[in-house]
Amino acid sequence: MKFNRILGAGLFTAASILPMLAHAAEDTIKIGVLHSLSGTMAISETTLKDTVLMMVDDINKKGGLLGKKVEAVVVDPASNWPLFAEKARELLEKEKVAAVFGCWTSVSRKSVLPVFEQLNGMLFYPVQYEGEESSRNVFYTGAAPNQQAIPAVDYLMSKDGGEVKRWVLAGTDYVYPRTTNKILEAYLKSKGVKPEDIMINYTPFGHSDWQTIVADIKKFGSAGKKTAVVSTINGDANVPFYKELANLGVKADQIPVVAFSVGEEELAGIDTKNLIGHLAAWNYFQSVKSPENDAFIKQWQSFIKNPKRVTNDPMEATYIGFKMWTQAVQQAGTTNVDAVRQALYGQKVKNLTGGVAVMNTNHHLSKPVFIGEIQGNGQFQTVWKTKDVIKADAWSPFIPESAKLTADWTYPWVCGNCTEPKFK
Amino acid sequence: MRAFHLILALAALLLATPSARADDDFSTALRALNADSYADKIAAAEALAALGEGRAAPILDALADGRLYVTPDGAILIEQAGTYLEPLSQKIVTTDKAEAITVNNRLRGVARGAAGRLALFSPNAQARGAAVEAIMNSPSDEAADMVRAALAKESDATIKALMVTALASLDLSSDNAGHRLAAVTQLADSSDPSVRSQIQRLLETETDLQVRKVAEKTLGSIEFRVTLMGFVANLFQGLSLGSVLLLAAIGLAVTFGVMGVINMAHGEMIMLGAYTTFAVQQGFRAFLPADLIDLYLVAALPAAFLVTALVGMGLERGIIRFLYGRPLETMLATWGISLVLQQVVRQIFGASNMEVANPSWMTGGWDLAGGFTLTYNRVVIILFCLAVLGGLAALLRWSSFGLHMRAVTQNRPMASAMGIPTGRVDAMTFGLGSGIAGIAGVALSQIGNVSPNLGQGYIVDSFMVVVFGGVGSLWGTLVGAVSLGVVNKFLEPYAGAMLGKILVLVFIILFIQKRPRGLFALKGRSVES
Repeated sequence: MKFNRILGAGLFTAASILPMLAHAAEDTIKIGVLHSLSGTMAISETTLKDTVLMMVDDINKKGGLLGKKVEAVVVDPASNWPLFAEKARELLEKEKVAAVFGCWTSVSRKSVLPVFEQLNGMLFYPVQYEGEESSRNVFYTGAAPNQQAIPAVDYLMSKDGGEVKRWVLAGTDYVYPRTTNKILEAYLKSKGVKPEDIMINYTPFGHSDWQTIVADIKKFGSAGKKTAVVSTINGDANVPFYKELANLGVKADQIPVVAFSVGEEELAGIDTKNLIGHLAAWNYFQSVKSPENDAFIKQWQSFIKNPKRVTNDPMEATYIGFKMWTQAVQQAGTTNVDAVRQALYGQKVKNLTGGVAVMNTNHHLSKPVFIGEIQGNGQFQTVWKTKDVIKADAWSPFIPESAKLTADWTYPWVCGNCTEPKFK
Repeated sequence: MRAFHLILALAALLLATPSARADDDFSTALRALNADSYADKIAAAEALAALGEGRAAPILDALADGRLYVTPDGAILIEQAGTYLEPLSQKIVTTDKAEAITVNNRLRGVARGAAGRLALFSPNAQARGAAVEAIMNSPSDEAADMVRAALAKESDATIKALMVTALASLDLSSDNAGHRLAAVTQLADSSDPSVRSQIQRLLETETDLQVRKVAEKTLGSIEFRVTLMGFVANLFQGLSLGSVLLLAAIGLAVTFGVMGVINMAHGEMIMLGAYTTFAVQQGFRAFLPADLIDLYLVAALPAAFLVTALVGMGLERGIIRFLYGRPLETMLATWGISLVLQQVVRQIFGASNMEVANPSWMTGGWDLAGGFTLTYNRVVIILFCLAVLGGLAALLRWSSFGLHMRAVTQNRPMASAMGIPTGRVDAMTFGLGSGIAGIAGVALSQIGNVSPNLGQGYIVDSFMVVVFGGVGSLWGTLVGAVSLGVVNKFLEPYAGAMLGKILVLVFIILFIQKRPRGLFALKGRSVES
């Protein structure tokens, strides 16, 4: 009896609140934030959640979008890949968000991809990845391999980079390192590097005992040819890897390590005194001086209320993605996914490091590439950068089966992986 | 022609007393280091080195270390522990406008090589030794002549030997067959893998039959030593991995082995220990003088033990004691606790990794022969782990608490009847296991990440070690951890890290099929069926 009464009261309250909610929803534009806030990936993804919140806060202070407030719906997929798909469905079906900013690992992106394609959602993916993908419903604002891996290898082969002749490709065992290394191996061979001068090594996630591998690298590097390590080691495994390098006395001027997954945020957890001179390739460094970057760093540190917090490349990619989306919404005059998608092509946003990023019809950006050396203070010092922006290849020309594919979502192609246009 | 120039430069170096003219040249060359492009900086560093003056060596060293600064008016200064030194006058300068001269790896290599060549004639024996090594790392045509000149003046026997080896390896590429023959004969005692590859390259092109014969023999003996050292290195790495596994597992050997509690939150106790280390380090940085920072690790040990032991006792009294005899519920409850602890730490410290620096006595290593380096932190951890195990064994064997603990494990009702407060012993035992996990966390913070996920990486390995070694047996845990570590490290070079781990797991599964109670099974009435 009593239970019934409570239930009744509950129903009544719910019924009276619902119309209010529906009413409120009309005055806001909802966007989804799909980043892990717990579990293994929380270490990287929490920062991006905060970045989106900062951008939302900023746009609301400036009067919102299309005269409405932007409201961020934050969900926690808890570093659990199937949960990513569930939460994506919840964001699109239940919350009816206009766009989603999220995912870090490629496996989480692959897991939400069918959901976004089925429900015609729009995902902004802000992390450097292995390429070989172009979905109609995803915009990739991180680097493709030709915007990170290939320029890094080119730099190491140049005179300034030390004219490297022998290569160790070391990575964590999953799709991003495997694909990147496949591309790099084909690229190196096309540059005349012999197979015996390439050593490929994979380790499990969170690998913590690097003694054998670092000793092997040292041995591999003692063959009298200049040797470098290209590291696609991801996440937590990096700290013990760099500690072992330092302890075994592998110095950057003998065997430099260039990393694609180590940024300012990761270095904050390492004592960098012994790592000076090791390299990273990114589209953004916090140390690059520009008025936009200075303002961004200041805004971030005051938003997060910590004057020591660092910024990194995926944050810039989130920033560019968010800005592009707001500009496209303003141009289209609506948040309708199909209209915004059309408005996004050719959309331009100033990079934080100078120059202008452009959204291409393959759903990837044109961005500049920087190579930096690790400094004693945990920052990078740029030692090389591209003269101009580089356009991302969704499909690598160095893998035979992907070389023939084209991604172009405008007429006459309208396709992410076709060998010939849909409309002729 | 080049050699002639060099000898001239050397003669100038040996005879010259710094004159006003030389000072002028030197200061011009010095100022040229503040160039815009790396190519110009490299040219400037080479020009500075070519003056052949010993005082350029510390400047080039500072350049390579990124300690060379330039003031707005172009004066070059060496930074040393926060103060600036004017290299010409050797005076301390105070300025706050100096900016570091940027270096890249190529410039760094050039500067180090040049500094090495200059330091060959340094009065300091250690500097000469380092110089020979620097030259071996960046060999050049001039280097052989310089080392020969330095060798003639060398008095220190060890450095003399080092120089002879260096010279021999440089002479391998000499045009003179006699020199090459002498070099390969000389190198027969070497066990350096880089010498091995030099001889291999020599053999690819060598036409002189006698040189070939000796070179092949030398190569054979070097290869034997390198293989031997490789074996020793593998053994050490295996021991070191074993000691890490053991450290992670000892605490579990107490809570799971002795009490039979399947404690899924064991890894989080390790994590809490690591975070305590971080907190102690921050405390030392904030409140104590900078020269005491190397001691923070020692202070972190009791702190970590206390914190985790208290948390462990709290858990036992608050939750686990109600679940004794129900392993499934215990497992689920402790797994839940582990998630809660992770998220609590994530809320307090943030999700990112915390930086725990190695004290200076745990950084670096001894370079032994054959490219094998004995790293300090690994050696310290092996010793530390043995000390912890020894201490625990002594506590169990000789203290009255140890006696009570063994009594309660072997026969609870009887121990209770004898007046032993079994509840309190349970709490203390769990606290002890957790505390040991905490000090393991102190050690593990030195080789890996300090992040909320730290513990997850060790929990599976810990259970593996305890089950393999035999539940309830400390010695089983020791033998289990070390043998798993060594097997893993001997498999890794052949099978790779990934497959190696899988093979070890398969091996353990098969082993458990054969001996379900592990290596050292407890015997007697106390062991329930």
